[in-house]
Amino acid sequence: MIYFDKVSKKYFDKSVALDNVSFTIEPGEFVSVVGHSGAGKSTLLKMILAEEKPSAGKVFFESVDIHTLGRRHIPTLRRRIGSVFQDFRLLPHKTAFENIAFTMEAAGRAEDEIESDVPHVLELVGLDDKMWNFPFELSGGERQRVAIARAIVNQPDLLIADEPTGNLDPLSTHEIIEIFKKINDIGTTVILTTHNKGVIDKLGKRVITLEKGKIIRDDKEGRYVI
Amino acid sequence: MFINLKRVIRSGSLNFWRNGSVALASILVLTTTLLVIGSLYLGSAFLTSTLASIRDRVDISVAFKTEAEESAVLALKKDLEQLPEVKTVTYSSREQELADFRKRHEDNALLIQSLEEVGNPFGARLSILAINPAQYDSISRFLSNYNENAGVTGGIIDQISFKKDIIAKLLAIISTSQTIGLAISALLILLSILVTVNTISLTIYIAREEISVMRLVGANNSYIRGPFIVEGVIAGGIASFISIVLLYPSVLWVRNLTAGVYGGIDLVSFYISHFGILFLILLGSGIILGTVSSFLAIGRYLKV
Repeated sequence: MIYFDKVSKKYFDKSVALDNVSFTIEPGEFVSVVGHSGAGKSTLLKMILAEEKPSAGKVFFESVDIHTLGRRHIPTLRRRIGSVFQDFRLLPHKTAFENIAFTMEAAGRAEDEIESDVPHVLELVGLDDKMWNFPFELSGGERQRVAIARAIVNQPDLLIADEPTGNLDPLSTHEIIEIFKKINDIGTTVILTTHNKGVIDKLGKRVITLEKGKIIRDDKEGRYVI
Repeated sequence: MFINLKRVIRSGSLNFWRNGSVALASILVLTTTLLVIGSLYLGSAFLTSTLASIRDRVDISVAFKTEAEESAVLALKKDLEQLPEVKTVTYSSREQELADFRKRHEDNALLIQSLEEVGNPFGARLSILAINPAQYDSISRFLSNYNENAGVTGGIIDQISFKKDIIAKLLAIISTSQTIGLAISALLILLSILVTVNTISLTIYIAREEISVMRLVGANNSYIRGPFIVEGVIAGGIASFISIVLLYPSVLWVRNLTAGVYGGIDLVSFYISHFGILFLILLGSGIILGTVSSFLAIGRYLKV
């Protein structure tokens, strides 16, 4: 489903974020990417979202080379990928409901679909009682759950999460990971980057370990080893 | 398409309402700009009408000898009206001149009484108005020639009064004040537009994070841009309402201030009679300013 072909990324000051990285992710997989800060985890995810371009190599989403897509087609790609970020990135002037509805509106979905799907997905993340709250009225864990609801409401084929538990307490972290597992169980491919050893060890899924922009381990049922 | 438009308008108005302080900043700066535009419009109308009425007062006055026949004077009036430079010629008969004089001096009993004894000392009079003040020279030359060609009788014209120096000076003042006024207006409008564009850019700079989030969740550019433009339209509309209301008391104040100024129009009645066009100008410039600056400012953040 995702195929990185000898991808490198160098920034202007010649610091290397990714160095000749190749790997494949199959549909339905749950993959964690681990590594120190600056190991290139976020760069990797940004490339899947077409937020950044590789200096060399190619990134494929199914059979499409992401970085040959024109600017007009990038939104269409992004609608097939749900994304969750460490800093939540909710729209501050919209309620939980409106934040989720926005992605559906942007994808051109009908009003009645929005009316029925948004409450449903909020219920799935356990926030149906906070539907009309603004982000600043929610706790960190709640905000991240709204962000996850937003990411999955368009039933994406792929969910990518960049340090989703980085700002959360252990209990919220546990809840968020359980939600990811549930999403993976219904067939969605999940890519997760994290620092959290506990999360990785509990998941027992594939782990890719990055160091200084290179893949140093790729284990089927990995543990957090650095 | 239609549903998108509905969504864009709804979310634009919601954002506007929820972003109170930011919206207020745009409204304030737009209002200032519109006030500048509105007062310059009113000011130029005031100046133009004052200048026009001063031009109308600048004329050549021809006094005729008392023995001049009325038919001869009227013949000259006809000749004058044939000249391309002449706008109007007004005839005032001997009797009318006398009546005017009596009226001007009705408080002066001695003067009136001596007038009774003398009889009517006044000749008829023609007041000539040129289309352009620069043409008074040639009209005056025409009149002098006319008198000289009359031959032995010495002509019927007694005196031509024509304040040439004053006219030349006025003309110079008129043209300089128009040039300076135009330059100042252009500068003021340019400055206030720059300030407005800058402020609206700042309000969108505040929203740049939001814009990048919208991009990342798959919204296309026109869908992101739409609500910001709706906000610009609303701000422009509100600002034009505020400025047209604020202009009324300032117009009243200016009228009272310039009540003694010779020849000017009544600015208040001008404001009322031109309310529609003035409001359209303000609304149009407000909406165009709000929309265009939003459109330009947001382009920078759509590149993610």
